[in-house]
Amino acid sequence: MVNAYVDLIRIRFMMMLAYRVNYYSGIVIYALNIGAYYFLWKAIYGSSESLGGMSVTQMTTYVAISWMARAFYFNNLDREIANEIRDGSVAVQFIRPYNYLIVKMMQGFGEGLFRLFLFSVPGMIVASLLFPVVLPSNPGVWAVFLVMLLFSFLINSQINILTGLLAFFVENNEGMMRMKRVAVDLFSGLIIPVSLFPAAMSAVLEWLPFQAITYLPGSVFTGRVTGAAVYQAFAVQVVWFLILIVPIWWMWRRARSRLFVQGG
Amino acid sequence: MTDATNAINVQRLRKEFRVQKSREGLKGALRDLFNREYTTVRAVKDISFTIPKGEICGYIGENGAGKSTTIKMLTGILVPTSGEIEVNGFVPYKDRERFVRRIGVVFGQRSQLWWDIGVIESFRLLRKVYRVPEKEFKLRLDELTERLQLQDLLNRPVRKLSLGQRMRCELAASLLHNPDILFLDEPTIGLDIVVKTEIREFLKSMNRRYGTTVLLTTHDLQDIEALCSRVIMLDDGNIIYDGSLDELKTKWGKGRELSFRLHEPIPLNRLEQLTEGLGVTWTKENELTAKVWVPFDAAPVSAVLSRVVGAVEVGDVSILEPNTDDIVREIYKAGSAASPAETRGTDGASGNAGGGSTGGDGENHASEAKSGEDADRAPVTAQGAGKHG
Repeated sequence: MVNAYVDLIRIRFMMMLAYRVNYYSGIVIYALNIGAYYFLWKAIYGSSESLGGMSVTQMTTYVAISWMARAFYFNNLDREIANEIRDGSVAVQFIRPYNYLIVKMMQGFGEGLFRLFLFSVPGMIVASLLFPVVLPSNPGVWAVFLVMLLFSFLINSQINILTGLLAFFVENNEGMMRMKRVAVDLFSGLIIPVSLFPAAMSAVLEWLPFQAITYLPGSVFTGRVTGAAVYQAFAVQVVWFLILIVPIWWMWRRARSRLFVQGG
Repeated sequence: MTDATNAINVQRLRKEFRVQKSREGLKGALRDLFNREYTTVRAVKDISFTIPKGEICGYIGENGAGKSTTIKMLTGILVPTSGEIEVNGFVPYKDRERFVRRIGVVFGQRSQLWWDIGVIESFRLLRKVYRVPEKEFKLRLDELTERLQLQDLLNRPVRKLSLGQRMRCELAASLLHNPDILFLDEPTIGLDIVVKTEIREFLKSMNRRYGTTVLLTTHDLQDIEALCSRVIMLDDGNIIYDGSLDELKTKWGKGRELSFRLHEPIPLNRLEQLTEGLGVTWTKENELTAKVWVPFDAAPVSAVLSRVVGAVEVGDVSILEPNTDDIVREIYKAGSAASPAETRGTDGASGNAGGGSTGGDGENHASEAKSGEDADRAPVTAQGAGKHG
């Protein structure tokens, strides 16, 4: 069975290779984003040395790594699931001896791996040549970051699955999906690091799962967080991963009995 | 609980769907926001049936009769509202993952293969999903490839296959793990006659060879005639017929159609004159072919034959089997297969009024052309003959 799940990752990876045009356009979009945010932050910093505990260099690194991490953890599982529910093809998934949600997760992972190797890694190299990005010198930080990156993917995918499964309960969850997308980009710290939000706002965000997607791994990578705090950040991710399993499991169970397949 | 002889056992199975009702107008829409109204639709109404192992059973009914809903409950996709299901020793929705390992399902209208990858990739993935040992898989694949002629298709992506090619691949995919029960939901929909015939042949041979139980829904009654020893007919969520196809035809066939090839063109009203009072209906196929519909409770076929053959030059006569399509259409219209409805048109009533002579010639001809099924009809024919003879 594990064998089959691994195969699903491989197949999605191959599929992504087959549709390379999407990938090229993606590179351009990400390069533009990193460039735009770099100049934006440079202007905001002006002559000041640090903002919200981050130096200009840290901020540049943060922007670059956040976007490259996003390339890995981002996926359209919500849309895929919602579409499969709406057109009824989710029914076909029930006749296979596997767990649909794990299958979806694996497909997302295959997609993520593809972008990690063919996009994030070369992209990061290019970014560090163009902008004053400082990569961590400690291999331990790299190791922790990679594990945290994996959890970014898991938590983001869980949120996507939850949003997608809503299609079982509402006729159109398009609005929810858009809202989720904005919420993830904004609250995860991709656009603005959580520490730069107003105090009240960042206090709220610390209690939401979104910061675990971008802000926490980014903080570790840029060296904003060091020592024991690194493990604390990682623990927050693990806790969120475990917590999010509960609503998914609950929704999936409810969805089973609500499943309505079009056609007589 | 496990049943040794039955593959499928269904008792008082029911499925209800809650359908949201929308109120009219802006006010209604606003009210809908806060307080939704639902109506309960009962798609399957307490049906019971059993299917023994190794049987090929046809499951027919109009669109929306509840066929697919039943199949989806039997395959563990839908959870029944009430009633009991046991398929292959499992309660499908309860023990889904273990249960689906031993069944195969094909939905004619939905692909189960992965759209973007080669067929063989899909098959390999399925091998892993169903944990089929490599050796067994190879044997199976070779056999299926040969029987369904998949040699040239295996390396193509599914999205580049024609419907017929895809369907053959879907069938192969559903059989790679050698399931005990195969569910086919409209497997021949949209296929041309050659592919249809191939698929039917394949299913028959597979059933003989492995004793695979097959339950298929279809709108094509030729599928049923070619494959099924038994038919379950569904209407509005109820089973309205469960039995053999032959019996259905006997019970519901209401007459015979005779086709005459004439030596020279003869106007329709001349033919009508000949059979006046017999309660039959003439139609003209072309200049030299005329057809007459003879209801069982009108005149005997022999009476019609003798009158026509005696009066005009006839090149050839054929007696046409009752058409299953027509029979089924009639049953759908009546909504029950319990008792045949009124005869076609009004011919029956007027037919009894007139008399007729039974010519020896016509009788012989008729019995030659009739099929073996006629034994069942003997009483009806005899009665008719008595009245008219």
